[in-house]
Amino acid sequence: MIQLIQNLGKSTRVSFTKLGRASYFLIQIIFGITSVLVRPRLLLNQLYSVGVLSFLIITISGLFVGMVLGLQGYYTLSDFGAEETLGVMVAASLVRELGPVVSALLFAGRAGSALTAEIGLMKATEQLSGMEMMAVDPVKRIITPRFLAGLISMPLLAGLFSAVGIIGGEMIGSGLLGVDEGAFWSQMQAGIDFYDDIINGVIKSVVFGFIASWIALFEGYDAIPTSEGVSRATTRTVVNSAFSILGLDFILTALMFGDN
Amino acid sequence: MTFCNINDNRLTYLRVVVQNSPFRIDKQLKLRMVNSVSSQNNLVSVRNLTFSRGSKKIFDDISLDFQRGKITAIMGPSGTGKTTLLKLIGGQLFPERGSIFVDGQNVHQLRRSDLYDLRKRLGMLFQSGALLTDMTVFDNVAFPLREHTHLPESMIRTLVLMKLQAVGLRGARDLMPNELSGGMSRRVALARAIALDPMMILYDEPFTGQDPISMGALVHLIKSLNTILGLTSIIVSHDVHETSVIADYIYVISEGKIVGQGTPAEIQQSDSEWVQQFMTGAADGPVHFHYPAKEYVDDLLSSGKRY
Repeated sequence: MIQLIQNLGKSTRVSFTKLGRASYFLIQIIFGITSVLVRPRLLLNQLYSVGVLSFLIITISGLFVGMVLGLQGYYTLSDFGAEETLGVMVAASLVRELGPVVSALLFAGRAGSALTAEIGLMKATEQLSGMEMMAVDPVKRIITPRFLAGLISMPLLAGLFSAVGIIGGEMIGSGLLGVDEGAFWSQMQAGIDFYDDIINGVIKSVVFGFIASWIALFEGYDAIPTSEGVSRATTRTVVNSAFSILGLDFILTALMFGDN
Repeated sequence: MTFCNINDNRLTYLRVVVQNSPFRIDKQLKLRMVNSVSSQNNLVSVRNLTFSRGSKKIFDDISLDFQRGKITAIMGPSGTGKTTLLKLIGGQLFPERGSIFVDGQNVHQLRRSDLYDLRKRLGMLFQSGALLTDMTVFDNVAFPLREHTHLPESMIRTLVLMKLQAVGLRGARDLMPNELSGGMSRRVALARAIALDPMMILYDEPFTGQDPISMGALVHLIKSLNTILGLTSIIVSHDVHETSVIADYIYVISEGKIVGQGTPAEIQQSDSEWVQQFMTGAADGPVHFHYPAKEYVDDLLSSGKRY
């Protein structure tokens, strides 16, 4: 019993110190932003590897998610004779929920794990330490550009995901199942509100981008510099990002859509 | 930093590096100390340093001095914290007690920006080379110049080629770090370490894992760079032979204490059994071959515990 309490205390202490390190790390990142703005090339390179290289997985997943939504929505809605509202249903679920959430999960798997592994290996091969000895702050030079790249690309990727998803839903809905195309689009236009739906979705994806990049970079920077340490850090990145994204999604949804 | 980072004086010995092979040392050239502000005889002094990792005491109240313009070696078996000492000097780790002065400044009381200014005047050669793997050799050597100076690209090119020429790898400038052999990447790292014309270079195990030829090249390179560029060098190593050839002064460290010090000749003559064992590489002596354990026969006959 005492052992149990001891362990509980120990693990609490460990997780709080980790949280403290992570917060300090975040402050360092934020202080580094000015120096990145002076050298936009660093940011551009990272936007390519974090954002552009995630294009394919986001597009393909978005297309399939949209197509599935089209199918499922059609079967459910046709029971009530409301096939014409398929457009609203597909677009609302994508823009409000699936776009930000699924693309953030994919982002954590594709870009987040890559970031952790990259930073962790840089640490293991003493590259970060070497930079420090060359009087170059690795947080400013390596971490902050990657963080900003994640923050910028996440909403764009979520937007892409939703857009492709809507096209997928339309392909299935009107192309395959015969929902009237005019009704599909006009119902969507009438049913989706710019501020309530789209902006809230964008806010969500910004928050997810923030949290996923922060976790990925911190886990890499905090990794034990061995091959096992890096592999564990990569796993933790994906797991912790997924939990944080889903948990935050619930909180944000409750806050944003609670009134309606 | 500004354009004046490269003054005429420094260009002079850069030219020396380029014109003369680095293996020939021009004794006629008396060059003033590079990049240093204080005029004390000891460039680095370590005072009453204590440092622990977990419950293990790495350094126990030791004091060392590193003379300006000399090559000082720190030797000792693996795991005695030689690398840790370099990281303490570079300000990457903090001592529990004691202080370290580099060029008259207490490293661990400097503000971050001052520490970074100090580090610009230090070069460190990591055991692994620590080259940035996403850049070519050329960009690696150019890295400190691009980060810390506003030199035009043409000037950076000239400087980088000079540094690469000095280590004999001008022809390898377009290779990526993963295409280099161990010895080559260490030489590239050396070129990068001298890119900003430091006053001092810290070498972390420069000879480990090198074949005889690259080992010989590195030995000469370290010696000649020290003389030609007027540097101060600190070498951490357990390669007794190579290090004794070039070192001016040697400290032998074991279990947190200095067990021997002196010029290579004095160390060879040391009457400490421990130092003798270390220098000759005898398998048994004050340092036992066996890790502490209970009696061999008892251990074999006991039932043993499964974990």
